[in-house]
Amino acid sequence: MTGIAPRTIAVSNALDAVLRRSQAKLLASLSTRLGDLAFAEDVLQEASVSALAHWGRSGIPASPEAWLMRAAINKSIDRFRARAREGYKTDAFAQLREDQDIFDEAAEIPDERLRLIFACCHPALEEKSRIALTLRVVCGLTTREIAAVFLDPEAAVGQRISRTKQKIKAKGITFDVPDRQAWPDRLPAVLSSIYLIFTAGYVNEDCSTRDLCLEALFLMRLVQELHPADAEIEGALALMLFTHARRKARINKAGASVPIGEQDRKLWQIAEIEEGERLLTGALEANTPGPFQLKAAIAAAQMQEGGADWKQIALLYHQLWQHEPTPVIMLNWCVAVAECGRVEEALQRLEMLHEPLAAFQPFHAARAEFLARLNRRQEARCAYEAALRSAPHEASRRFLEQRMAQLEPL
Amino acid sequence: MKYMLLIYNDPAREPEFGTAAFDEMMKGFMDANEQMKAEGVLLDGEGLKGVETATSLRVRGGKVETMDGPFAETREHLGGYYVIDVPGLDEALKYAELVPSAHFGTVELRPLMDYNPGG
Repeated sequence: MTGIAPRTIAVSNALDAVLRRSQAKLLASLSTRLGDLAFAEDVLQEASVSALAHWGRSGIPASPEAWLMRAAINKSIDRFRARAREGYKTDAFAQLREDQDIFDEAAEIPDERLRLIFACCHPALEEKSRIALTLRVVCGLTTREIAAVFLDPEAAVGQRISRTKQKIKAKGITFDVPDRQAWPDRLPAVLSSIYLIFTAGYVNEDCSTRDLCLEALFLMRLVQELHPADAEIEGALALMLFTHARRKARINKAGASVPIGEQDRKLWQIAEIEEGERLLTGALEANTPGPFQLKAAIAAAQMQEGGADWKQIALLYHQLWQHEPTPVIMLNWCVAVAECGRVEEALQRLEMLHEPLAAFQPFHAARAEFLARLNRRQEARCAYEAALRSAPHEASRRFLEQRMAQLEPL
Repeated sequence: MKYMLLIYNDPAREPEFGTAAFDEMMKGFMDANEQMKAEGVLLDGEGLKGVETATSLRVRGGKVETMDGPFAETREHLGGYYVIDVPGLDEALKYAELVPSAHFGTVELRPLMDYNPGG
């Protein structure tokens, strides 16, 4: 009987590896066919259990993914049969029998993850739920890892994820890539969900065992690969690459945030910057500007060798305002205008943002900076104090304290 | 999949009868009706008379209470509905967008459970 235990372990390891690599692909293909994500997860789970038994007996198949797919389809046919006996309608049944033959041992599983991503990031779902579900089913994070991201109890996150899966089915969200007409309504929700995953990783480092910035880059690359030559997708990926390239340089040894212009460029990741530039150039050639392309262009202008091109940045923010007329964009435009030397004008505009941005640290920091430049030191000091009160994390607090210390005494 | 499109709006924001804006809204409804019919998705639809004509009923402790008007005090009232049969939410949203009062009110999309007791 010796040898059985090591073999069982080998099979279990092989199955783990297959699932790590292909779970999202399998779930995408199954959800598309079954129209139900929770059901797809259930039958894939059942197929995995039977894989352990079969692979242990007759060895690991030539294409483990195709084996799992076929087994999962068989399991779902079993379930449909049982439901049919209970008198339910089973429309998907006939199609599944045809699909049964598609997945023979040699078959490649078609990559239908884009459909899965579009379903998970449907604008009819709540933003937080979109992110949690995408991290769970497309990136394969555990509920515990997602709970760490949101700083929520694990049980609450588990409930949110299962409720969202039910909602997809109940609302009639289909696992389709939207057609040309629906594309402009659907794409922004996908891009902003992925970008939010990225910023969550960038702002709160070390809150999860998984690097969210890398997960987001993986997702955006996947979307780009599955739907090439879309200028906004390229723009969003370029923006993330430019930001990620500066990751090591953005906080100094004292633990304070460093503005882009003062960062040590030797710490920037050249390969990511070059990839971002290639993408952005290609995107801009299509001449269909969108918010992510503009934000990427702004990042590129900020990182220019020899210093940021503030005139260009001010123009880009002005253009971005046409797409996103938000107080935050206006604030950024003010900063660019001030950097162009028009500090009085920038401050005047900024004063109009008091009400919407009262709790937003960058507003107070920018105001303090402008006042300091205009040599209104007492007011600058008050503004720095307001900024410190609303600082989101230690690094920005340290940065503000440094700035405040540089103010000449009255 | 069958959806009911529940058309809510605030009468105060509705264009007044007899104005060009009102005619335009009615034309919008006609166009929506025609398109839904032509594309074979329309099962049913109706406009409702104003809330001032509504009667509400509830049974409490075995006693029937009737009341003039709806119970819930809301600014937006249910003014009409469509029932359509489409492949999924995205198509349903496309038709909901055709409802002209969506520009000043709300269209709520609710999937039907599909056990129509009326047959």
